[in-house]
Amino acid sequence: MPAERVLPSTEAEDLLSLVREIARDELAPKAAEAEEQGLFPRDAFRLLGRSGLLGLPYPEEIGGGGLPYEVYLQVLEELAAAWLTVAEGLSVHVMSCYPLARYGADEQRDRWLGDMLGGELLGAYALSEPHAGSDPASMTTRATRDGADYVVNGTKAWITHAGVADFYTLMARTSDDGGNGISCLLVDGGTEGVSAAPRERTMGLTGSTVAQLRFQGARVAAERRVAQEGAGLKIALSALDSGRLGIAACAVGLAQAALDESVRYAKQRKQFGKSIIDFQGVEFLLADMAAGVESARATYLEAARRRDRGLPFRRQAAIAKLVATDTAMKVTTDAVQVLGGAGYTRDFPVERYMREAKVLQIFEGTNQIQRLVIGRELRR
Amino acid sequence: MNIVVLVKQVPDTWSERKLTDADHTLDRESADAVLDEINERAVEEALKLQEAHGGEVTVLAMGPDRATEAIRKALSMGADKAIHVSDAALHGSDVLATAKVLAKAIGTVEGVDLVIAGNEATDGRAGAIPAILAELLGLPQVTQVRKVEIDGTTVKAERETEEGVAFLEATLPAVVSVTEKINEPRYPSFKGIMAAKKKKVDTLSVADLGLDPAEVGLTGAWSSVLEAAPKPPRSAGQRVEDDGNGGAQIAEYLVGQKLI
Ligand SMILES: Cc1cc2nc3c(=O)[nH]c(=O)nc-3n(C[C@H](O)[C@H](O)[C@H](O)COP(=O)(O)OP(=O)(O)OC[C@H]3O[C@@H](n4cnc5c(N)ncnc54)[C@H](O)[C@@H]3O)c2cc1C
Repeated sequence: MPAERVLPSTEAEDLLSLVREIARDELAPKAAEAEEQGLFPRDAFRLLGRSGLLGLPYPEEIGGGGLPYEVYLQVLEELAAAWLTVAEGLSVHVMSCYPLARYGADEQRDRWLGDMLGGELLGAYALSEPHAGSDPASMTTRATRDGADYVVNGTKAWITHAGVADFYTLMARTSDDGGNGISCLLVDGGTEGVSAAPRERTMGLTGSTVAQLRFQGARVAAERRVAQEGAGLKIALSALDSGRLGIAACAVGLAQAALDESVRYAKQRKQFGKSIIDFQGVEFLLADMAAGVESARATYLEAARRRDRGLPFRRQAAIAKLVATDTAMKVTTDAVQVLGGAGYTRDFPVERYMREAKVLQIFEGTNQIQRLVIGRELRR
Repeated sequence: MNIVVLVKQVPDTWSERKLTDADHTLDRESADAVLDEINERAVEEALKLQEAHGGEVTVLAMGPDRATEAIRKALSMGADKAIHVSDAALHGSDVLATAKVLAKAIGTVEGVDLVIAGNEATDGRAGAIPAILAELLGLPQVTQVRKVEIDGTTVKAERETEEGVAFLEATLPAVVSVTEKINEPRYPSFKGIMAAKKKKVDTLSVADLGLDPAEVGLTGAWSSVLEAAPKPPRSAGQRVEDDGNGGAQIAEYLVGQKLI
């Protein structure tokens, strides 16, 4: 049974029907094979772009769709239920637009943001480094001022869309002042001296690209710096508050897909002369999965509504990310159990869901880091 | 080039479709309702012709209140305005009554050059509306087409049936019905969805169209359904083991079923 949603307007309902139609007809049928073959679905992002879905949660005045997070996240959720690589890619793209949209100067936004949100371009968010993952303040990629430019040298790691992105929202060190020495630069994908390493061979999300991104004397005009020098880490962490909500929504979509597949299978699979859903052992497993999915959805929606009302939501976003991604891990693992041997094969999608769920507990702050954020908020 | 596109809300072919026990009409509550896919193609064709020749695209739907969802979809694809004929008296209308209502409603639109419909709806599957409508309006009918072009005041079309392909021409105004092959309909965009909200939808009743309620609906229907039963589930089928003469056995079976 697909998710039953209470949406705030008829436009939101029409949008969700459109997204479900695109997910069902254009994404779901292609997902398994593209993931198996490691094919990045650039076309899927073009289709989302043409449909106006690459800038949904930003104000209309700056080229976005003017949608509240409450609705945008449910769009992500529906996409994730069909194809996680696409939903996660959309979430990363939306996050990569955040620094300019939120902290950029008017003339910078006029110049670049329209294209970034317009649907043709795809963005990436470059924060992590090989030796600076959970602790981004220890990053070493350096942007040195040289006349009207910065010259960037260093290596970013784990960058989703590395090599395929049209722009990179880059955090780089502009002074040695720890967390206060980092700045945010908007780097064009075609900049000389920027190159992507071969793709990481990941456990899941194999259709997505994730790779190291090398900067070798790359010149970036100083007018492409967002906000003042040294504000980069604060901007990055604030972008992650919203990004984490996106990951929470992706996790719920993935878990919903695993639940739906499990229920479908349990109704038609017979053992001991009965459908396996009629064994309480299986039925309770499914009930727990449903309870997990629906409470995770409620958790991210609550955080989203706070964000939409301009209330602080850092703690709620971290809780939503933690709860939803742990739920997705558990629900997808249980889905494999419900399908038995069939669940362990690539003829059914649940083993892929299980592999995909794992990364949700790792990126945009591991779930240990989410607890750290929650704890810090509690201690205030 | 003013175009009226007929659209119908039908139960989603992805969901289970049923008839009601009370009067054997479609059980609209039990299934998800969507804009019929063939109508999406009709809207797409109208929008393409509009892109090439200008004018206005009006969508026309007859159906219960809920049909506004199908209308909104057509508007969000890009149609300019809509007419929704909605009246409890219309419940159970047959093709003749439906065509009468549609003809009257088309009469409320000024300067119509072309009426585009799908060749048949996925629920009723009568496939007769475009022809009856053309007759009532006194317009030429160009049905079951896979390609349409407008050349001045002439519509040129390729009609494809099981018998073959015919190349037809008619003078505008005309009624055209399109098949699955006509085009791939566009998806609405988020912008289109937001714009649809502001487009004009005229809701008309049977009385607004100057029709007598007794002429339409179940009472006005020329035939009535006395009984209906779901198709029996498919039986197990016959298995042919191929030990050399499998082909011959299959042929024998098909001959027995009068299929070849
Ligand atoms: C598929 C994929 C896509 C990604 N996409 C992007 C992207 O687009 N952009 C980007 O910038 N990054 C991206 N990342 C990077 C991701 O955000 C990091 O992997 C993540 O932040 C963890 O960093 P790390 O891998 O260096 O692990 P580490 O920081 O080395 O952590 C290792 C372990 O130690 C634990 N740990 C570390 N510090 C603490 C602590 N203080 N308390 C308790 N436990 C701790 C962690 O929880 C983890 O279990 C991506 C990663 C993956 C796998």
